[in-house]
Amino acid sequence: MAKLSKEEVKHVAHLARLAITDEEAEKFADQLGKITDFAQTLNELDTTNVEPTSHVLPIVNVMREDVAQKGLDRDAMMQNVKEQVDGQVKVPPILED
Amino acid sequence: MTLFKLSSKELQEGLHNGEFKIADLTNEAFARIENLDNDVQAFLALNKEKATEQAAQMDQVPFEERGPLFGLPIGVKDNIVTEGLETTCASKILEGFMPIYDATVVKKLREAGMVTVGKLNMDEFAMGSSNENSAYKTTKNPWNLEHVPGGSSGASAASVAAGEVPFSLGSDTGGSIRQPAAYCGVVGMKPTYGRVSRFGLVAFASSLDQIGPITRNVYDNALLLEAIAGVDANDSTSADVPVPNYASKLNGDIKGLRIAVPKEYLGEGVNEEVKKSVLQALEVLKGLGATVEEVSLPHSKYALAAYYILSSSEASSNLSRFDGIRYGFRAEGVKNLMELYKETRSQGFGDEVKRRIMLGTYSLSAGTYDAYYKKAQQTRTLIKQDYDKVFENYDVIVGPTAPTAAFKVGQNIDDPMTMYANDILTIPINLAGVPAISIPCGFENGLPLGLQIIGKHFDEETIYRTAYAYEQATDFHTQTPQLWEGK
Repeated sequence: MAKLSKEEVKHVAHLARLAITDEEAEKFADQLGKITDFAQTLNELDTTNVEPTSHVLPIVNVMREDVAQKGLDRDAMMQNVKEQVDGQVKVPPILED
Repeated sequence: MTLFKLSSKELQEGLHNGEFKIADLTNEAFARIENLDNDVQAFLALNKEKATEQAAQMDQVPFEERGPLFGLPIGVKDNIVTEGLETTCASKILEGFMPIYDATVVKKLREAGMVTVGKLNMDEFAMGSSNENSAYKTTKNPWNLEHVPGGSSGASAASVAAGEVPFSLGSDTGGSIRQPAAYCGVVGMKPTYGRVSRFGLVAFASSLDQIGPITRNVYDNALLLEAIAGVDANDSTSADVPVPNYASKLNGDIKGLRIAVPKEYLGEGVNEEVKKSVLQALEVLKGLGATVEEVSLPHSKYALAAYYILSSSEASSNLSRFDGIRYGFRAEGVKNLMELYKETRSQGFGDEVKRRIMLGTYSLSAGTYDAYYKKAQQTRTLIKQDYDKVFENYDVIVGPTAPTAAFKVGQNIDDPMTMYANDILTIPINLAGVPAISIPCGFENGLPLGLQIIGKHFDEETIYRTAYAYEQATDFHTQTPQLWEGK
């Protein structure tokens, strides 16, 4: 199950929003296959009834008073936007034209 | 010879006695960088104008209002945001990015009166063990320029080892502070997960990332951690646990300290010189009154696989924000939004980052989630339990930081699996969330080796006490690379 096909790599690249050439897909299929092969070693472990750990500290909800606070300055935030019109972020069309 | 051979205590004495001013220390940092950085290649951006101005103002502050770090220069890893100072994570995708606020740690440095002199190179988005994954430059090991400084905080360690700055901040997700500290012969601490606010640290793997200090000695490291630690309203994973006055606890006394040595840490894959130096270090610690016993962390060998699945999964989610819309690099000549995303990301990210994003996306996708991601999280539980169990009977765990000394530039770059194996002794610590330090403990062919001391959750104090006692009894930390001579 470990070896990834070129098609699987292309599908994953699409999910991750990465453009990928045929050559790259082949290279990554090989490299990712080695890594997922290695990941199979975890199957040696019996993890029945073992709780997954997503976070090491027992922090639950962190609450604060519901008081409005000043956010970041809007003009400052726009400073790093490459394309903008009238204070709005400009992007290319969403649908093909 | 440079002023940066001096400890923070000696630097403060010099300031008090009028031997030099804060402005001189700032100038010294920039002069050292100018002299040495063509070789070391540590800095990505310099903060010369503002730092010089800040130093001149700080020289006016009365001595009684100054803390122990006041006026001392520091370099900051480039994944920590600094207002008005370019922050790129050594990635093309953030080229030209100018943060509009300071990370909490940067704010705290300023409150302590430290002078940020510049931003330090790293592996792109902290993914790597050699600094060869930077989109901009390859930092070199000051002890031998043909060798890597380690990574991902390679330049944070190299800049301190080269005496360009006496202090730096790094970040550690799977060993990224400790492994370069070991390779460069300096002191690097990864604090307990939650000890230091991650607000303003560009996220790689949010459940593992921690910011920590890199210095030339243990005392200074303790001072710097104290300055940056503490709960922060802007990071809900920062822990509301009191921060001790670490430096005041350092007295060199470790009589009765119970040290555990995991047999897995001195086993296969760990080179003989490294083993020898660690065994000698244990003799030193015994001589100081500690007891040493062998223990087992049976799930250690599964840590690497679990780590790469979990950290890559978290990274694939965290790095989705880099889409070319709001900041950083944006691809040109695209027809629609989907193409903009894909082209920006494939042109903006390097291969290692793409590899991990794809591994993470794959691990999290339907059909593989249970077999990879959930399995890795369950493995993480078993690894954490290993540590909990040992810490029921011991105060610290001691072993090597890395399985070898620094390897040569180019040696492992085409082989991800060999590269990943460098972190085999540091990764389990991040999975367990416990703190650990690397301190110098020997040399192999002129390249430094590191001793790793691991502690209980939020018990950095015992780690520092142990490290300080060892440092007082040895002289590895006083040695400097050849390139210090004459510069």
